[in-house]
Amino acid sequence: MKYTLHIWRQESPSAKGDFVSYIVDDISPDSSFLEMMDLLNEQLIAKGEDPVTFDSDCREGICGSCSMVIDGRAHGPGHGCTTCEVRMRSFRDGDHIYIEPFRSAAFPLIKDLMVDRSAFDRIIESGGYVTVHSGPKPEPNSLPIPHAVAEHAMDAAECIGCGACVAACPNGAAMLFTSAKISHLGLLPQGEPEHDTRVVGMVHQMEQEGFGACTNHAECQDACPKGISISFISRMNRAFAKATLREPDQRRGTMSNQ
Amino acid sequence: MIELNPRIPDGAIEDKWEKHLEHIKLVGPNNRRKYDIIVVGTGLAGASAASSLASQGYNVNCFCYQDTPRRAHSIAAQGGINAAKNYRDDGDTVYRLFYDTQKGGDFRSREANVYRLAQLSRNIIDQAVAQGVPFAREYGGMLANRSFGGVLVSRTFYCRGQTGQQLLLGAYQSMQRCVYDGTLTMHSRTELQDIVVIDGRARGIIVRDLVTGEIRSHTADAVVLATGGYVNVYFHSTNAINSNATAIWRAHRRGAGFGNPCMVQIHPTCIPNSGNFQCKLTLMSESLRNDGRVWVPRKKGDDRDPRDIPEEDRYYYLEERYPSFGNLVPRDVASRNAKIVCDDGFSVLGDAGRAVYLDFRDALEREGRQVISERYGNLFAMYNDITADDPYQTPFRIYPAPHYSMGGLWVDYNLMTNIPGLYAIGEANFSDHGANRLGASSMMQCLADGYFILPQTIGDYLHDIFQDKIPEDHPAFAEHRAHVQERIDHLMGIQGTRSPMSLHEELGQVMWEHCGMARTGEGLKKAISHIESLKETFRKDLLIPGTAAGPNQALERAGRVADFLELADLMCHDALHRDESCGCHFREEHQTDDGEVVRNDEKFGNVSIWEWKGEDQPHELTEEPLEFKALPLMTRSYK
Repeated sequence: MKYTLHIWRQESPSAKGDFVSYIVDDISPDSSFLEMMDLLNEQLIAKGEDPVTFDSDCREGICGSCSMVIDGRAHGPGHGCTTCEVRMRSFRDGDHIYIEPFRSAAFPLIKDLMVDRSAFDRIIESGGYVTVHSGPKPEPNSLPIPHAVAEHAMDAAECIGCGACVAACPNGAAMLFTSAKISHLGLLPQGEPEHDTRVVGMVHQMEQEGFGACTNHAECQDACPKGISISFISRMNRAFAKATLREPDQRRGTMSNQ
Repeated sequence: MIELNPRIPDGAIEDKWEKHLEHIKLVGPNNRRKYDIIVVGTGLAGASAASSLASQGYNVNCFCYQDTPRRAHSIAAQGGINAAKNYRDDGDTVYRLFYDTQKGGDFRSREANVYRLAQLSRNIIDQAVAQGVPFAREYGGMLANRSFGGVLVSRTFYCRGQTGQQLLLGAYQSMQRCVYDGTLTMHSRTELQDIVVIDGRARGIIVRDLVTGEIRSHTADAVVLATGGYVNVYFHSTNAINSNATAIWRAHRRGAGFGNPCMVQIHPTCIPNSGNFQCKLTLMSESLRNDGRVWVPRKKGDDRDPRDIPEEDRYYYLEERYPSFGNLVPRDVASRNAKIVCDDGFSVLGDAGRAVYLDFRDALEREGRQVISERYGNLFAMYNDITADDPYQTPFRIYPAPHYSMGGLWVDYNLMTNIPGLYAIGEANFSDHGANRLGASSMMQCLADGYFILPQTIGDYLHDIFQDKIPEDHPAFAEHRAHVQERIDHLMGIQGTRSPMSLHEELGQVMWEHCGMARTGEGLKKAISHIESLKETFRKDLLIPGTAAGPNQALERAGRVADFLELADLMCHDALHRDESCGCHFREEHQTDDGEVVRNDEKFGNVSIWEWKGEDQPHELTEEPLEFKALPLMTRSYK
């Protein structure tokens, strides 16, 4: 199969970027999108040209590294898969394919298709955890968790932190990502003690990072490789309202290490 | 010769760990903040160690090459994690888990470490549940279990097919908690380039910033390597594209002994290689063998649709050859048998490639689609995405692929290498899995090391070096930085014609052919000489475009391939030296009439530890004798 690729090339955050066109030939329909990109890079290296910089690691849809907007869609054609899971059989011979980075003000570009998503780490840092030291813990079966609750928590916990929700959202909102973590921990009894400070902390951080707000386009759910539901966003909004109506806990401190 | 003292405590095996804790030195809570600890790698081992140490109050600096610590390759572990909880009352005990792991490793691991691992397995589940890891639950709300290869009990805990992801996120979230507290500083997109050893002690590391290209040094009182395994030496493997051996290899070159380098696991259930464009093989969790049945047609070249092949024409070779374990034999056995049937011409891909069937027909009839989909839905979907085949309709086609390295840096009972102050945890060390690792035990080892062992044993070293700091302007750091810069400049300056990836691929082919599932003395010698010429090609003909002053992924790969080339050479030498078969290490010269491994315990009932003696010098061998007191040596049989 033969394709014409139009790839966003940008040397550095401050440099001017533009689409550059390349032709790749002899591509097997069974090869993955990123294997096709590898082949392109091999061709570029052979010519002594700078290969296209892009993030990828596990290549099986779980690490969340890969982050391309293909033909205007975060993670490209198909539902419920990441860029690395896209196969070339999704395209027709001779297709023109447009490849861009995940664009968002909160995801500054580093080079070509590589962006900085560390804002997500800072959102988790603001409350996306249960505070526990390592050491002996109570017997887990002493606190039964209904099957349906565990499964519901797992539906939210499946988020891979790739950022497709942000790239797909017309407002550049990170509410699907943030609400997934809030819901995962909020549904489980272990997450209960820190629930309110978690919701308030994470929502505030999300806003500080410059992400937009949700206006119910649901593009995030559509682009999410793990099919995370926007119902978690409404869950987060309710939790945020409750948490801010209650007496705010101003006593959030550091973990005792003495 | 390296001086190796494994420091295994005296006493009965059940009491060793507790007795050890009673006697080791500790650092008090007030003093911990005065110590700087570096943790390299943020997979299950690194993230659990970093968060545990930081929450104890140590000042931790943590490094990973990914853009965020949550993407380390532990995230891809699918099936589950073992713990001797005996929730099913099916006869499980700590001893039974120890027994299975030690026997599964074909008696090439250190039994004191394995027993401790079995003891700590239960705490891991408790810890993870307390962090909010959403393990699968039964309808009554209790934790659910499944079974894995090589065992006769159900002791594996799981979160759908994403157990590694959930355990890693638990550890990652704990790390982010410590970042908030200010006890942990995260350095993402940095790659270790060298270890700084001053007066025989690990004192810091040199890293390359993968965004700016800057070479930086960091000082520390102790350095922990949690950088995973090295099966990307085979190019085609189930590891992440960027997984590499650079950190452990750089430590090795600075004097750390390398234990059992030839011990690598070839995982039986992977999606077969479908062409040369492919650079990564996808694993299908071993848990599939709980309900799936492995078979090939009895007749060679039977090209009927597998659904039309009647029962009597199907050769369920694992069930027939190993009636008591059946499809759940350990990985080395399952892989080797897949190779044997394909060598004999029964591949279900015919001449187009090598594969066997993994069939869910009977399980779907028995359990129904909904139950099967709840257990394995994401794996079925993943297979469907990749191959365009629907495993609900037709059997999976699978073939073994390199997956895990049991070998790694030698460590003592405290998980310290022979370089004082340098630790290796998780897959990066050699200690617990011998010649073959059982399923669902890698995460167990990573988390036991990181949550429960290292945080308690590191004080034994740190106690004695209180406030004995090395200044950041010590000349050794500038020297090491210059050395790293020279190496990079050299690689950039070759300007030949071969890309790092093409050299990597060639290395992988050599290793797969001669140092993979079956090895011979003759083949290994061929591989060694091929690797030698490949090193020469690398030195003369490497091509990296662009500059080193910014992101340059070709340069990153070149550095990793350079280290893989040296490691591959050592793996072949180790495999050649180990003139026996054991576990995954199958020397064709040593097998029974029906193709089972034949060990030589008298000569090789030990760990081979190799010492770097300098550029182009042969490695020197030291052996650590192994004890088999708690579980006497026996022939490993799953029949």
